[in-house]
Amino acid sequence: MILVLVEPENGSANEVSLETLALARSMSSEIEAVVVGDVADRDALSAELGAHGVSAVHQAVGDALESFAGAAWAAALQQVQASTGADVVIAGGTPRGGEVLAHLAARLDVPMAANAIGVEGSSPYVVTRQVVGGAALEEMALDSSPAIFTVAGHSWSATPADSPASPTWNEATPEIAEHDLLARVTATGQKEVDHSDSLKTARVVVGAGRGAGSAEGFGPVSELAEMLGGSLGVSRVVTSLGWRPHHEQVGQTGSRIAPELYIPCGISGAIQHWAGCASSKVILAVNTDAEAPMMTKANYAVVGDMHEVVPAIIDELKRRGSTPAQ
Amino acid sequence: MTNVLVCIKRVPDSSGQILLTDDAQGIDGRFVGFTVSDHENSAIELAIRVADATGGTVTLVTVGSDEATEQLRGALALGGHAAVLVEADPATLGPADIAREIAQVVTDHEASGTTYDLVLLGNDAADSGDFQVPIRLAYALGRPIVTGASVVEVADEVLVAHVDGPEGEETYTVPLPAVASVLEGGVEPRYPTLKGRMAAKKVGIETRSTSDEPVGAHRVRLLLPPAESSSVEVLGDGPEAAGAVVDLLERLAVVR
Repeated sequence: MILVLVEPENGSANEVSLETLALARSMSSEIEAVVVGDVADRDALSAELGAHGVSAVHQAVGDALESFAGAAWAAALQQVQASTGADVVIAGGTPRGGEVLAHLAARLDVPMAANAIGVEGSSPYVVTRQVVGGAALEEMALDSSPAIFTVAGHSWSATPADSPASPTWNEATPEIAEHDLLARVTATGQKEVDHSDSLKTARVVVGAGRGAGSAEGFGPVSELAEMLGGSLGVSRVVTSLGWRPHHEQVGQTGSRIAPELYIPCGISGAIQHWAGCASSKVILAVNTDAEAPMMTKANYAVVGDMHEVVPAIIDELKRRGSTPAQ
Repeated sequence: MTNVLVCIKRVPDSSGQILLTDDAQGIDGRFVGFTVSDHENSAIELAIRVADATGGTVTLVTVGSDEATEQLRGALALGGHAAVLVEADPATLGPADIAREIAQVVTDHEASGTTYDLVLLGNDAADSGDFQVPIRLAYALGRPIVTGASVVEVADEVLVAHVDGPEGEETYTVPLPAVASVLEGGVEPRYPTLKGRMAAKKVGIETRSTSDEPVGAHRVRLLLPPAESSSVEVLGDGPEAAGAVVDLLERLAVVR
Protein backbone atom coordinates (compact mmCIF):
# COMPACT_ATOMS: atom_id res chain seq x y z
CA MET A 1 0.00 0.00 0.00
CA ILE A 2 1.16 3.49 -0.80
CA LEU A 3 0.69 6.24 1.75
CA VAL A 4 0.57 9.76 0.33
CA LEU A 5 0.96 12.85 2.50
CA VAL A 6 -1.59 15.30 1.12
CA GLU A 7 -1.25 19.04 1.73
CA PRO A 8 -4.61 20.80 1.69
CA GLU A 9 -4.71 24.37 0.44
CA ASN A 10 -7.86 26.46 0.76
CA GLY A 11 -9.84 23.33 1.53
CA SER A 12 -8.74 21.10 -1.34
CA ALA A 13 -5.57 19.12 -2.00
CA ASN A 14 -2.85 21.23 -3.57
CA GLU A 15 -1.83 20.58 -7.17
CA VAL A 16 1.39 18.71 -6.40
CA SER A 17 -0.47 16.41 -3.99
CA LEU A 18 -2.81 15.45 -6.84
CA GLU A 19 0.19 14.95 -9.15
CA THR A 20 1.72 12.70 -6.49
CA LEU A 21 -1.49 10.67 -6.31
CA ALA A 22 -1.27 10.20 -10.10
CA LEU A 23 2.25 8.82 -9.76
CA ALA A 24 1.06 6.61 -6.88
CA ARG A 25 -1.65 5.11 -9.14
CA SER A 26 1.04 4.18 -11.66
CA MET A 27 2.65 2.06 -8.90
CA SER A 28 -0.30 0.46 -7.12
CA SER A 29 -4.08 0.36 -6.86
CA GLU A 30 -3.93 0.56 -3.07
CA ILE A 31 -3.52 4.19 -2.10
CA GLU A 32 -4.26 5.85 1.21
CA ALA A 33 -3.77 9.48 2.19
CA VAL A 34 -2.64 11.28 5.33
CA VAL A 35 -3.72 14.82 6.16
CA VAL A 36 -2.44 16.60 9.25
CA GLY A 37 -4.44 19.14 11.21
CA ASP A 38 -7.89 20.59 10.74
CA VAL A 39 -9.69 20.24 7.42
CA ALA A 40 -12.07 22.97 6.24
CA ASP A 41 -14.59 20.67 4.54
CA ARG A 42 -14.11 16.97 5.17
CA ASP A 43 -16.76 15.80 2.69
CA ALA A 44 -15.34 17.90 -0.13
CA LEU A 45 -11.75 16.78 0.50
CA SER A 46 -12.84 13.17 0.85
CA ALA A 47 -14.68 13.31 -2.47
CA GLU A 48 -11.72 14.94 -4.18
CA LEU A 49 -9.23 12.39 -2.85
CA GLY A 50 -11.61 9.56 -3.77
CA ALA A 51 -11.77 10.88 -7.30
CA HIS A 52 -7.98 10.62 -7.40
CA GLY A 53 -7.97 6.99 -6.28
CA VAL A 54 -7.62 7.23 -2.49
CA SER A 55 -9.41 4.42 -0.61
CA ALA A 56 -8.78 5.68 2.94
CA VAL A 57 -7.93 9.02 4.48
CA HIS A 58 -6.09 9.19 7.80
CA GLN A 59 -6.51 12.56 9.50
CA ALA A 60 -4.16 13.35 12.38
CA VAL A 61 -5.57 15.94 14.77
CA GLY A 62 -4.84 17.36 18.20
CA ASP A 63 -3.48 20.41 19.97
CA ALA A 64 0.11 19.37 19.17
CA LEU A 65 -0.61 19.65 15.44
CA GLU A 66 -2.32 23.04 15.48
CA SER A 67 0.75 24.88 14.22
CA PHE A 68 3.33 23.32 11.91
CA ALA A 69 6.27 21.39 13.34
CA GLY A 70 8.18 19.15 10.91
CA ALA A 71 9.05 16.56 13.56
CA ALA A 72 5.48 16.43 14.91
CA TRP A 73 3.99 15.98 11.45
CA ALA A 74 6.52 13.22 10.78
CA ALA A 75 5.58 11.57 14.09
CA ALA A 76 1.92 11.60 13.00
CA LEU A 77 2.82 10.16 9.59
CA GLN A 78 5.08 7.57 11.21
CA GLN A 79 2.22 6.31 13.39
CA VAL A 80 -0.07 5.89 10.37
CA GLN A 81 2.71 4.09 8.47
CA ALA A 82 3.26 1.75 11.41
CA SER A 83 -0.43 0.96 11.88
CA THR A 84 -1.15 0.45 8.17
CA GLY A 85 2.14 -1.25 7.26
CA ALA A 86 2.47 0.93 4.16
CA ASP A 87 5.55 -0.09 2.17
CA VAL A 88 5.83 3.23 0.31
CA VAL A 89 5.41 6.74 1.76
CA ILE A 90 5.47 9.68 -0.65
CA ALA A 91 4.63 13.38 -0.77
CA GLY A 92 4.76 16.26 -3.20
CA GLY A 93 8.16 17.89 -3.53
CA THR A 94 7.09 21.08 -1.77
CA PRO A 95 9.25 22.54 1.02
CA ARG A 96 6.81 21.10 3.56
CA GLY A 97 6.48 17.70 1.86
CA GLY A 98 10.26 17.35 1.59
CA GLU A 99 10.77 18.45 5.18
CA VAL A 100 8.26 16.02 6.68
CA LEU A 101 9.50 13.04 4.65
CA ALA A 102 13.14 13.80 5.49
CA HIS A 103 12.13 13.77 9.17
CA LEU A 104 10.36 10.45 8.65
CA ALA A 105 13.37 8.95 6.84
CA ALA A 106 15.70 10.09 9.63
CA ARG A 107 13.38 8.69 12.32
CA LEU A 108 13.13 5.33 10.55
CA ASP A 109 16.82 5.40 9.50
CA VAL A 110 15.97 4.57 5.89
CA PRO A 111 17.07 6.35 2.68
CA MET A 112 14.92 8.92 0.94
CA ALA A 113 14.88 10.24 -2.62
CA ALA A 114 13.97 13.88 -3.22
CA ASN A 115 12.22 15.19 -6.33
CA ALA A 116 11.42 12.00 -8.20
CA ILE A 117 10.11 12.31 -11.73
CA GLY A 118 9.45 8.59 -12.13
CA VAL A 119 9.73 5.21 -10.46
CA GLU A 120 10.20 1.66 -11.71
CA GLY A 121 10.45 -1.81 -10.21
CA SER A 122 9.43 -2.67 -6.69
CA SER A 123 12.26 -4.51 -4.99
CA PRO A 124 14.08 -2.24 -4.97
CA TYR A 125 12.10 0.72 -6.22
CA VAL A 126 14.34 2.57 -8.68
CA VAL A 127 13.53 6.25 -8.54
CA THR A 128 14.66 8.69 -11.21
CA ARG A 129 15.15 12.16 -9.80
CA GLN A 130 16.50 15.56 -10.73
CA VAL A 131 19.98 16.48 -9.51
CA VAL A 132 22.44 19.31 -10.19
CA GLY A 133 19.54 21.68 -10.64
CA GLY A 134 18.11 19.59 -13.46
CA ALA A 135 21.38 19.34 -15.41
CA ALA A 136 21.48 15.60 -14.66
CA LEU A 137 19.20 12.81 -13.52
CA GLU A 138 19.99 10.20 -10.91
CA GLU A 139 18.63 6.68 -10.63
CA MET A 140 18.48 5.76 -6.98
CA ALA A 141 17.61 2.33 -5.55
CA LEU A 142 15.33 2.40 -2.50
CA ASP A 143 15.79 -1.03 -0.94
CA SER A 144 14.46 -0.33 2.56
CA SER A 145 10.90 -0.49 3.79
CA PRO A 146 9.14 1.81 3.67
CA ALA A 147 10.48 3.37 0.47
CA ILE A 148 10.30 7.15 0.94
CA PHE A 149 10.41 9.79 -1.76
CA THR A 150 9.02 13.15 -2.82
CA VAL A 151 7.68 13.87 -6.31
CA ALA A 152 8.97 16.87 -8.26
CA GLY A 153 6.23 19.37 -9.07
CA HIS A 154 4.88 19.39 -12.64
CA SER A 155 6.46 16.02 -13.43
CA TRP A 156 3.11 14.20 -13.43
CA SER A 157 -0.27 15.34 -14.63
CA ALA A 158 -2.89 15.70 -11.88
CA THR A 159 -5.54 13.68 -13.69
CA PRO A 160 -8.25 11.92 -11.69
CA ALA A 161 -8.50 8.12 -11.44
CA ASP A 162 -10.41 6.10 -14.06
CA SER A 163 -12.54 4.57 -11.31
CA PRO A 164 -13.13 6.85 -8.32
CA ALA A 165 -13.26 5.46 -4.78
CA SER A 166 -15.30 6.38 -1.72
CA PRO A 167 -12.66 6.70 0.95
CA THR A 168 -13.14 5.74 4.57
CA TRP A 169 -12.18 8.55 6.93
CA ASN A 170 -10.10 7.70 10.01
CA GLU A 171 -9.47 10.47 12.50
CA ALA A 172 -6.86 9.93 15.20
CA THR A 173 -4.93 11.95 17.77
CA PRO A 174 -1.34 10.73 17.64
CA GLU A 175 1.08 10.82 20.55
CA ILE A 176 3.52 13.69 20.02
CA ALA A 177 6.66 13.89 22.20
CA GLU A 178 7.65 17.25 23.70
CA HIS A 179 10.96 17.13 21.88
CA ASP A 180 9.16 17.00 18.52
CA LEU A 181 7.49 20.33 19.32
CA LEU A 182 10.65 22.31 20.13
CA ALA A 183 10.81 23.67 16.59
CA ARG A 184 7.29 24.72 15.68
CA VAL A 185 5.76 27.75 14.05
CA THR A 186 5.06 30.29 16.79
CA ALA A 187 3.68 33.05 14.56
CA THR A 188 2.52 33.39 10.97
CA GLY A 189 2.51 36.79 9.31
CA GLN A 190 0.14 37.95 6.65
CA LYS A 191 1.01 36.72 3.21
CA GLU A 192 2.17 39.62 1.12
CA VAL A 193 -0.12 40.45 -1.75
CA ASP A 194 1.16 39.48 -5.20
CA HIS A 195 3.75 37.10 -3.81
CA SER A 196 5.23 34.27 -5.87
CA ASP A 197 1.87 32.44 -5.81
CA SER A 198 0.59 34.54 -8.66
CA LEU A 199 3.77 33.78 -10.59
CA LYS A 200 3.52 30.03 -10.02
CA THR A 201 -0.07 29.85 -11.19
CA ALA A 202 0.03 32.47 -13.96
CA ARG A 203 -1.23 31.42 -17.38
CA VAL A 204 1.31 33.72 -19.02
CA VAL A 205 4.69 34.73 -17.60
CA VAL A 206 6.88 37.43 -19.11
CA GLY A 207 10.48 36.94 -17.99
CA ALA A 208 13.37 39.35 -17.91
CA GLY A 209 17.05 38.77 -17.27
CA ARG A 210 20.34 40.62 -17.31
CA GLY A 211 19.31 42.11 -20.66
CA ALA A 212 16.97 44.47 -18.79
CA GLY A 213 20.13 46.45 -18.07
CA SER A 214 19.14 48.09 -14.78
CA ALA A 215 16.46 48.26 -12.10
CA GLU A 216 14.72 50.82 -14.30
CA GLY A 217 14.62 48.47 -17.30
CA PHE A 218 11.54 46.46 -16.25
CA GLY A 219 8.80 48.96 -17.20
CA PRO A 220 8.00 47.51 -20.63
CA VAL A 221 8.13 43.82 -19.56
CA SER A 222 5.89 44.60 -16.57
CA GLU A 223 3.48 46.41 -18.86
CA LEU A 224 3.48 43.50 -21.31
CA ALA A 225 2.83 41.01 -18.48
CA GLU A 226 -0.13 43.13 -17.38
CA MET A 227 -1.51 43.45 -20.91
CA LEU A 228 -1.41 39.66 -21.26
CA GLY A 229 -3.04 39.11 -17.86
CA GLY A 230 0.15 37.44 -16.65
CA SER A 231 2.98 37.81 -14.16
CA LEU A 232 6.56 39.03 -14.30
CA GLY A 233 9.32 36.47 -13.65
CA VAL A 234 13.04 37.21 -13.51
CA SER A 235 16.33 35.33 -13.62
CA ARG A 236 18.65 34.91 -10.65
CA VAL A 237 21.11 37.58 -11.74
CA VAL A 238 18.29 40.12 -11.60
CA THR A 239 17.53 39.39 -7.94
CA SER A 240 21.25 39.08 -7.07
CA LEU A 241 21.79 42.58 -8.42
CA GLY A 242 18.88 43.79 -6.34
CA TRP A 243 16.91 44.93 -9.39
CA ARG A 244 13.79 42.95 -8.50
CA PRO A 245 12.51 41.11 -5.36
CA HIS A 246 13.37 37.44 -4.80
CA HIS A 247 9.75 36.26 -5.00
CA GLU A 248 9.77 37.07 -8.73
CA GLN A 249 12.70 34.73 -9.38
CA VAL A 250 12.17 31.74 -11.67
CA GLY A 251 14.63 28.88 -11.44
CA GLN A 252 16.22 26.21 -9.31
CA THR A 253 16.36 28.48 -6.27
CA GLY A 254 13.25 30.47 -7.16
CA SER A 255 9.79 29.50 -8.34
CA ARG A 256 9.11 26.66 -10.74
CA ILE A 257 6.51 27.71 -13.27
CA ALA A 258 4.39 25.88 -15.82
CA PRO A 259 2.43 28.54 -17.71
CA GLU A 260 0.68 28.11 -21.04
CA LEU A 261 3.13 30.67 -22.44
CA TYR A 262 6.48 31.88 -21.14
CA ILE A 263 8.12 34.89 -22.80
CA PRO A 264 11.73 35.15 -21.53
CA CYS A 265 13.29 38.46 -22.62
CA GLY A 266 17.04 38.95 -22.40
CA ILE A 267 17.44 35.65 -20.50
CA SER A 268 20.26 33.45 -21.78
CA GLY A 269 18.77 30.30 -20.29
CA ALA A 270 21.35 28.99 -17.81
CA ILE A 271 20.49 25.57 -16.41
CA GLN A 272 19.34 26.99 -13.06
CA HIS A 273 16.80 29.11 -14.85
CA TRP A 274 15.78 26.35 -17.23
CA ALA A 275 15.08 24.07 -14.24
CA GLY A 276 12.37 26.53 -13.22
CA CYS A 277 10.70 27.11 -16.58
CA ALA A 278 11.14 23.84 -18.51
CA SER A 279 7.52 22.83 -17.83
CA SER A 280 6.14 25.83 -19.74
CA LYS A 281 3.85 24.63 -22.54
CA VAL A 282 5.10 27.17 -25.10
CA ILE A 283 8.20 29.36 -24.89
CA LEU A 284 8.70 32.51 -26.94
CA ALA A 285 12.21 33.85 -26.39
CA VAL A 286 13.45 37.36 -27.14
CA ASN A 287 17.21 37.77 -27.19
CA THR A 288 19.94 39.54 -29.15
CA ASP A 289 21.93 36.30 -29.23
CA ALA A 290 20.27 33.76 -31.53
CA GLU A 291 22.60 31.07 -30.16
CA ALA A 292 21.72 31.60 -26.47
CA PRO A 293 20.46 28.32 -24.89
CA MET A 294 17.02 29.81 -24.27
CA MET A 295 16.71 30.73 -27.95
CA THR A 296 17.55 27.22 -29.16
CA LYS A 297 15.28 25.51 -26.59
CA ALA A 298 12.31 27.81 -27.21
CA ASN A 299 9.39 27.02 -29.51
CA TYR A 300 9.42 30.53 -30.97
CA ALA A 301 12.10 33.19 -31.03
CA VAL A 302 12.54 36.84 -31.89
CA VAL A 303 16.14 37.90 -32.46
CA GLY A 304 16.47 41.40 -31.13
CA ASP A 305 16.95 43.78 -28.25
CA MET A 306 14.16 43.44 -25.67
CA HIS A 307 14.23 47.24 -25.24
CA GLU A 308 13.05 47.57 -28.85
CA VAL A 309 11.04 44.38 -29.31
CA VAL A 310 8.90 44.53 -26.16
CA PRO A 311 7.67 48.13 -26.70
CA ALA A 312 6.90 47.21 -30.32
CA ILE A 313 4.77 44.24 -29.15
CA ILE A 314 2.99 46.53 -26.68
CA ASP A 315 2.29 49.06 -29.47
CA GLU A 316 0.95 46.33 -31.73
CA LEU A 317 -1.33 44.99 -28.96
CA LYS A 318 -2.65 48.53 -28.39
CA ARG A 319 -3.10 49.08 -32.12
CA ARG A 320 -5.23 45.92 -32.39
CA GLY A 321 -7.05 46.69 -29.12
CA SER A 322 -6.09 43.26 -27.80
CA THR A 323 -7.27 42.15 -24.35
CA PRO A 324 -6.30 39.08 -22.28
CA ALA A 325 -8.40 36.12 -23.36
CA GLN A 326 -9.00 35.01 -19.75
CA MET B 1 28.17 33.99 23.12
CA THR B 2 27.03 31.73 20.31
CA ASN B 3 29.61 29.76 18.36
CA VAL B 4 28.24 28.83 14.97
CA LEU B 5 29.25 25.87 12.84
CA VAL B 6 28.49 26.28 9.13
CA CYS B 7 28.48 23.26 6.83
CA ILE B 8 29.46 23.88 3.22
CA LYS B 9 29.96 21.69 0.16
CA ARG B 10 32.17 22.01 -2.88
CA VAL B 11 29.77 21.64 -5.81
CA PRO B 12 30.07 21.95 -9.59
CA ASP B 13 28.99 25.30 -10.96
CA SER B 14 25.88 24.10 -12.75
CA SER B 15 25.44 27.17 -14.92
CA GLY B 16 27.37 25.40 -17.66
CA GLN B 17 26.91 22.06 -19.38
CA ILE B 18 28.13 19.12 -17.37
CA LEU B 19 29.67 15.79 -18.37
CA LEU B 20 29.52 12.53 -16.45
CA THR B 21 32.40 10.26 -15.51
CA ASP B 22 32.79 7.07 -17.57
CA ASP B 23 31.25 4.95 -14.83
CA ALA B 24 28.24 7.33 -14.65
CA GLN B 25 28.72 7.61 -10.89
CA GLY B 26 29.80 11.24 -10.77
CA ILE B 27 30.26 14.52 -12.59
CA ASP B 28 33.45 14.89 -14.59
CA GLY B 29 35.19 17.66 -12.70
CA ARG B 30 37.85 18.37 -15.30
CA PHE B 31 35.80 20.84 -17.29
CA VAL B 32 33.66 22.58 -14.70
CA GLY B 33 34.26 25.25 -12.12
CA PHE B 34 33.46 24.59 -8.49
CA THR B 35 31.64 26.76 -6.04
CA VAL B 36 29.54 26.90 -2.87
CA SER B 37 25.76 27.13 -3.25
CA ASP B 38 23.83 30.36 -2.77
CA HIS B 39 22.01 28.83 0.20
CA GLU B 40 25.34 28.15 1.91
CA ASN B 41 26.67 31.63 1.14
CA SER B 42 23.59 32.99 2.88
CA ALA B 43 24.21 30.59 5.81
CA ILE B 44 27.79 31.90 6.11
CA GLU B 45 26.51 35.49 6.13
CA LEU B 46 23.94 34.73 8.84
CA ALA B 47 26.56 32.87 10.90
CA ILE B 48 28.90 35.87 10.81
CA ARG B 49 26.07 38.16 11.92
CA VAL B 50 25.07 35.86 14.80
CA ALA B 51 28.71 35.49 15.92
CA ASP B 52 29.30 39.25 15.71
CA ALA B 53 26.13 40.00 17.67
CA THR B 54 26.91 37.53 20.45
CA GLY B 55 30.71 37.65 20.61
CA GLY B 56 30.98 34.09 19.30
CA THR B 57 32.96 32.45 16.51
CA VAL B 58 32.25 30.97 13.08
CA THR B 59 33.71 27.57 12.19
CA LEU B 60 33.38 26.08 8.71
CA VAL B 61 33.18 22.36 8.08
CA THR B 62 33.06 20.37 4.89
CA VAL B 63 33.03 16.66 4.15
CA GLY B 64 34.82 16.00 0.90
CA SER B 65 38.07 15.81 -0.98
CA ASP B 66 41.23 17.77 -0.25
CA GLU B 67 40.22 20.11 -3.09
CA ALA B 68 37.36 21.41 -0.93
CA THR B 69 40.04 23.33 1.00
CA GLU B 70 39.53 25.97 -1.70
CA GLN B 71 35.90 26.46 -0.60
CA LEU B 72 36.87 26.45 3.10
CA ARG B 73 39.47 29.19 2.49
CA GLY B 74 36.92 31.17 0.48
CA ALA B 75 34.48 31.02 3.38
CA LEU B 76 37.19 31.86 5.93
CA ALA B 77 37.98 34.99 3.91
CA LEU B 78 34.44 36.22 4.56
CA GLY B 79 34.93 36.18 8.33
CA GLY B 80 35.29 32.58 9.55
CA HIS B 81 37.57 31.83 12.47
CA ALA B 82 38.36 28.13 12.01
CA ALA B 83 37.77 25.34 9.51
CA VAL B 84 37.50 21.56 9.49
CA LEU B 85 37.92 19.22 6.53
CA VAL B 86 36.58 15.69 6.95
CA GLU B 87 38.45 14.03 4.15
CA ALA B 88 36.42 11.55 2.10
CA ASP B 89 35.50 10.69 -1.45
CA PRO B 90 32.16 12.51 -1.77
CA ALA B 91 30.92 9.96 -4.31
CA THR B 92 30.92 7.25 -1.62
CA LEU B 93 28.76 9.22 0.82
CA GLY B 94 25.03 9.64 1.19
CA PRO B 95 23.19 12.23 3.28
CA ALA B 96 23.13 9.96 6.36
CA ASP B 97 26.94 9.61 6.16
CA ILE B 98 27.54 13.35 5.83
CA ALA B 99 25.20 14.05 8.74
CA ARG B 100 26.99 11.46 10.89
CA GLU B 101 30.43 12.93 10.12
CA ILE B 102 29.33 16.49 10.93
CA ALA B 103 27.70 15.29 14.16
CA GLN B 104 31.02 13.64 15.07
CA VAL B 105 32.84 16.96 14.61
CA VAL B 106 30.30 18.71 16.87
CA THR B 107 30.63 16.03 19.54
CA ASP B 108 34.44 15.89 19.42
CA HIS B 109 34.83 19.68 19.56
CA GLU B 110 32.43 19.83 22.46
CA ALA B 111 34.53 17.28 24.33
CA SER B 112 37.56 19.53 23.82
CA GLY B 113 35.76 22.66 25.01
CA THR B 114 34.16 24.27 21.93
CA THR B 115 30.38 24.12 21.85
CA TYR B 116 28.39 25.00 18.73
CA ASP B 117 24.99 26.13 19.94
CA LEU B 118 23.92 26.78 16.39
CA VAL B 119 24.71 24.67 13.31
CA LEU B 120 23.75 26.19 9.96
CA LEU B 121 23.57 24.41 6.60
CA GLY B 122 22.25 25.19 3.14
CA ASN B 123 18.70 24.08 2.44
CA ASP B 124 19.91 21.39 0.02
CA ALA B 125 23.11 20.39 -1.68
CA ALA B 126 23.31 22.09 -5.07
CA ASP B 127 24.58 18.90 -6.73
CA SER B 128 22.91 15.89 -5.09
CA GLY B 129 19.79 17.83 -4.04
CA ASP B 130 18.97 15.40 -1.24
CA PHE B 131 17.22 17.86 1.12
CA GLN B 132 18.17 15.65 4.07
CA VAL B 133 21.57 16.37 5.66
CA PRO B 134 20.29 19.16 7.97
CA ILE B 135 17.43 17.03 9.31
CA ARG B 136 19.52 13.86 9.67
CA LEU B 137 22.17 15.94 11.48
CA ALA B 138 19.55 17.30 13.88
CA TYR B 139 18.45 13.75 14.72
CA ALA B 140 22.08 12.62 15.15
CA LEU B 141 22.61 15.46 17.62
CA GLY B 142 19.18 15.18 19.28
CA ARG B 143 18.47 18.83 18.51
CA PRO B 144 15.47 20.68 17.08
CA ILE B 145 15.70 21.91 13.49
CA VAL B 146 14.17 24.65 11.39
CA THR B 147 14.45 24.13 7.62
CA GLY B 148 14.32 26.70 4.85
CA ALA B 149 15.02 29.72 7.06
CA SER B 150 15.69 32.95 5.19
CA VAL B 151 16.82 34.82 8.31
CA VAL B 152 18.06 33.50 11.68
CA GLU B 153 18.89 35.51 14.78
CA VAL B 154 19.99 34.56 18.28
CA ALA B 155 18.88 36.39 21.42
CA ASP B 156 18.98 35.15 25.02
CA GLU B 157 19.90 31.57 24.10
CA VAL B 158 16.96 31.35 21.72
CA LEU B 159 17.01 30.94 17.96
CA VAL B 160 14.48 33.03 16.08
CA ALA B 161 14.11 31.83 12.49
CA HIS B 162 11.97 33.23 9.71
CA VAL B 163 10.61 30.96 6.99
CA ASP B 164 8.57 31.92 3.95
CA GLY B 165 5.75 29.41 4.55
CA PRO B 166 2.73 28.50 2.43
CA GLU B 167 0.46 30.87 4.37
CA GLY B 168 2.87 33.72 5.02
CA GLU B 169 6.07 34.40 6.92
CA GLU B 170 6.44 31.87 9.70
CA THR B 171 8.43 32.56 12.85
CA TYR B 172 10.06 29.76 14.81
CA THR B 173 11.34 30.42 18.33
CA VAL B 174 13.57 27.52 19.30
CA PRO B 175 15.74 26.93 22.38
CA LEU B 176 19.45 26.48 21.68
CA PRO B 177 21.31 24.32 20.87
CA ALA B 178 19.62 23.98 17.50
CA VAL B 179 20.17 23.30 13.80
CA ALA B 180 18.82 25.41 10.93
CA SER B 181 18.99 25.10 7.16
CA VAL B 182 19.09 28.32 5.20
CA LEU B 183 17.31 29.27 1.98
CA GLU B 184 18.92 32.08 0.02
CA GLY B 185 17.12 35.38 -0.34
CA GLY B 186 16.86 36.73 3.21
CA VAL B 187 20.29 38.34 3.41
CA GLU B 188 22.83 39.68 0.96
CA PRO B 189 26.05 37.65 1.35
CA ARG B 190 29.16 39.83 1.72
CA TYR B 191 32.18 39.74 -0.55
CA PRO B 192 35.65 38.92 0.80
CA THR B 193 38.04 41.76 1.56
CA LEU B 194 41.73 41.66 0.72
CA LYS B 195 42.45 41.65 4.45
CA GLY B 196 40.06 38.74 4.85
CA ARG B 197 41.75 36.78 2.09
CA MET B 198 45.17 37.32 3.64
CA ALA B 199 43.91 36.29 7.10
CA ALA B 200 42.23 33.18 5.65
CA LYS B 201 45.55 31.92 4.28
CA LYS B 202 47.00 31.82 7.80
CA VAL B 203 44.21 29.76 9.38
CA GLY B 204 45.20 26.16 10.02
CA ILE B 205 42.59 23.74 8.69
CA GLU B 206 41.85 20.76 10.93
CA THR B 207 41.90 17.67 8.73
CA ARG B 208 40.19 14.50 9.90
CA SER B 209 39.19 11.19 8.43
CA THR B 210 35.69 9.71 8.46
CA SER B 211 34.49 8.04 11.64
CA ASP B 212 32.57 5.12 10.19
CA GLU B 213 31.95 3.03 7.08
CA PRO B 214 29.59 4.88 4.72
CA VAL B 215 26.12 3.57 3.97
CA GLY B 216 26.35 5.38 0.61
CA ALA B 217 23.96 7.31 -1.60
CA HIS B 218 22.05 4.33 -3.09
CA ARG B 219 22.97 5.71 -6.50
CA VAL B 220 22.49 3.34 -9.42
CA ARG B 221 23.82 5.79 -11.98
CA LEU B 222 23.64 9.34 -13.25
CA LEU B 223 22.11 10.18 -16.61
CA LEU B 224 22.08 13.29 -18.70
CA PRO B 225 18.60 14.43 -19.63
CA PRO B 226 17.79 13.63 -23.25
CA ALA B 227 19.05 16.38 -25.55
CA GLU B 228 16.15 18.25 -26.99
CA SER B 229 16.52 18.88 -30.65
CA SER B 230 15.95 22.50 -31.49
CA SER B 231 12.80 23.07 -33.47
CA VAL B 232 12.61 26.77 -32.81
CA GLU B 233 10.58 28.88 -35.21
CA VAL B 234 12.11 32.34 -35.60
CA LEU B 235 9.31 34.89 -35.85
CA GLY B 236 11.59 37.66 -37.04
CA ASP B 237 14.27 40.18 -36.20
CA GLY B 238 13.86 43.22 -33.97
CA PRO B 239 10.73 45.36 -33.56
CA GLU B 240 9.45 44.32 -37.02
CA ALA B 241 8.59 40.94 -35.50
CA ALA B 242 5.88 42.51 -33.29
CA GLY B 243 3.09 41.70 -35.77
CA ALA B 244 4.10 38.04 -35.95
CA VAL B 245 4.33 37.91 -32.13
CA VAL B 246 0.80 39.26 -31.66
CA ASP B 247 -0.46 36.86 -34.36
CA LEU B 248 1.03 34.06 -32.26
CA LEU B 249 -0.54 35.44 -29.07
CA GLU B 250 -3.92 35.38 -30.81
CA ARG B 251 -3.33 31.86 -32.15
CA LEU B 252 -2.45 30.64 -28.64
CA ALA B 253 -5.61 32.35 -27.34
CA VAL B 254 -3.56 34.47 -24.94
CA VAL B 255 -5.21 37.63 -26.26
CA ARG B 256 -8.23 38.34 -28.40
